[in-house]
Amino acid sequence: MTPATTATPTKKAAADTKAAAPAIKYQGTVHELQKQLMNKYYADLTSIAEGGAGRSAQLLIAGNPVEVLRAFDMIPVFPEINALQLAVRKNSLPLIQKAEELGYSTDNCAYVKADIGMWENGGKTPFATIPKPDVLVCNYVGCNVYLNWFEHLAEKVGSPAVNIDIPFMRTKDGEPAEGDVEYVVAQLKELVTLLEKVTGTPFDEDKFVKIVERSSRVGELWSQIRDLTKKRPTPYDAYFDSVTMMAPLYCLRGTEEAVDFFEKALEEMTAKADRAEAAIPGGEKFRIVIEGPPPWPFLRVFRDMFSRWGAVAVASTYATVGGIWEFGFRHDPAHPFESVAKHMIEANLCNRSMLQRYDQIWRYATEWNADALVIHSVKSCRLFSAGQGDMREHFVHDRDLPTLLIESDLEDPRYFSQAQLRNRIDAFFEALEQRRITGGKAA
Amino acid sequence: MSNGSGRYSAGVDVGSTQTKAVILDENGKIVARALTDTGAYLVRAAERAYEQALQAAGVHREQVGYVIGTGYGRFNVAFGDAQVTEIGCHAKGAWSIFPNTRTVIDIGGQDTKAIAVSDRGEVLDFAMNDKCAAGSGRFLTNSAEACGMDVSQMGEKSLTAKNPVRLSTVCTVFVESDILSYMAQGKKIDDILAGVHSAIASRTVALVRRVGAKDEVTFTGGVSRNVGMRRAIEEKLGLSLNASGDSHYTGAIGAAVFALERMQAAPAAVA
Repeated sequence: MTPATTATPTKKAAADTKAAAPAIKYQGTVHELQKQLMNKYYADLTSIAEGGAGRSAQLLIAGNPVEVLRAFDMIPVFPEINALQLAVRKNSLPLIQKAEELGYSTDNCAYVKADIGMWENGGKTPFATIPKPDVLVCNYVGCNVYLNWFEHLAEKVGSPAVNIDIPFMRTKDGEPAEGDVEYVVAQLKELVTLLEKVTGTPFDEDKFVKIVERSSRVGELWSQIRDLTKKRPTPYDAYFDSVTMMAPLYCLRGTEEAVDFFEKALEEMTAKADRAEAAIPGGEKFRIVIEGPPPWPFLRVFRDMFSRWGAVAVASTYATVGGIWEFGFRHDPAHPFESVAKHMIEANLCNRSMLQRYDQIWRYATEWNADALVIHSVKSCRLFSAGQGDMREHFVHDRDLPTLLIESDLEDPRYFSQAQLRNRIDAFFEALEQRRITGGKAA
Repeated sequence: MSNGSGRYSAGVDVGSTQTKAVILDENGKIVARALTDTGAYLVRAAERAYEQALQAAGVHREQVGYVIGTGYGRFNVAFGDAQVTEIGCHAKGAWSIFPNTRTVIDIGGQDTKAIAVSDRGEVLDFAMNDKCAAGSGRFLTNSAEACGMDVSQMGEKSLTAKNPVRLSTVCTVFVESDILSYMAQGKKIDDILAGVHSAIASRTVALVRRVGAKDEVTFTGGVSRNVGMRRAIEEKLGLSLNASGDSHYTGAIGAAVFALERMQAAPAAVA
């Protein structure tokens, strides 16, 4: 018989459900600073909503062109970030149900429904009052639901909506097709004309170039931070802790605050790496890549399911939904519009072809030295989740990378089954552990 | 919890529907089995099944060196020394009963699993139904009820079908209206039941293909006692299935084997 090793040793089984999971959340300077910055960001938005000075624009995370909005001093508002904030605070379900009362289907994107529900409440949330945007920029068209979402919102708030048609990545060499960049640049310039009208301010090119320069700097810093997780042990979890750095990356990119934040973040994470400080107290046992967004309403519970196995994410595709910098892309002050267009077309996860997504994961698995891939599929987002079954087959059979496919939702708590998820995750790591001990092929 | 000094090992499988307990002697031979409905109190169900098994074996608690809990309620096995998922335990259990097992099909109350197994009884890969209970034991129970018969007879009955119906759903909830509509059309019960078994078999075989259907295939879990189900899967898979009288206990057996291995890997604990 084989040496017995795969059982989870716990001395008091009954107490395990309560005691197993150490409370793990990175609480360093970066975390505190992020909290301050985001509190200020939401305070500024609340002030606008309450009649104070300032303007806001609603846009989407995928390849966001915040630089253009910032050139007009407009604060970018991302409904996805509002929705996830609501979910983390366990406020999403009543809002989702409100949208369903209006006729939104149960299968519809739960981010959309939570946002619609929030607007039904007059933009009021426990963390801010979201102002009616002065303009809505639908900057991603890979998701047809997004288009309808922004149309519905525009109708609701009575502001102009503009749609930027971003051609999908579709060439074999992984480059934008001929004419794509020029096509998007032309649309960005049309957007500039519209924003001049909305704000009554002429476009200031020097200001725009300075913003793009700061974005370039942020991209460089963020890319270095992403590189640190190649170290063993990784100084932070590239999925659960990256979330802390993603909000400033999108909400504040192009500002001095963002540059300052990412300088401090790099400094702190580098120091952690130099001290060989692991991301979780028990130490790093498994290095994983995670694909798909987290189940926000159960973020902590979900994280603990991995932590108890010593599994830490060294890379995640989710951290690249708004932009991929670790493979070399930078905004370019010498070609500001072109580089914003390129960011929108080629340097973000959502606009990439499935084969590019495979390549990205494979680079993470090899260059970041991961043991396994975990795919968290989202029930209410079929557009992004479609193909993840094939993705699993690809990595298991063609790449010999142990891969776990699990499913719940990013926003709707009704799709989360704790016992089932935990069962799959436990079984997966049991098998990985076995593979390690016996040196055989597993999972 | 065991005191780590006995020569017996035990496995307790707290499933969604039933709780199973198995006791092994130091040679890995099964000395007792017990089965009880899980009900609403998981800790009590685990205790009950374990106590029954101990009595059947004529073994005292102190003589059991290691206990492993498995199944959905594995963390409710209060006297357990450790937990292993039922995926790992079904693989181990099937392998210990049929050592040439390379694929396990486990259909339980709410889960259907296909597991690829190594020649040492280790999990290589697994696929399961998602959050919905379509195609699981519960589907069969509901179907049997809709047909007005006991779940234990439905498999046998399905084998006499001449013109099996084709169900439009594998949804555990909607299957009842599907069956009622066939009954209203005057379809024979055995034809309807054959349709029910065929629907689950198709779904199960799809899961098996995902992990690769390598011979030998061992059928485990409560539903493995259903001869109609076994036949329907064999037909679709084109392979014959191993099934033993102990198939229902496979998870508990696997847990007990793990427990025995742990005892023997740590001789100090059994000294």
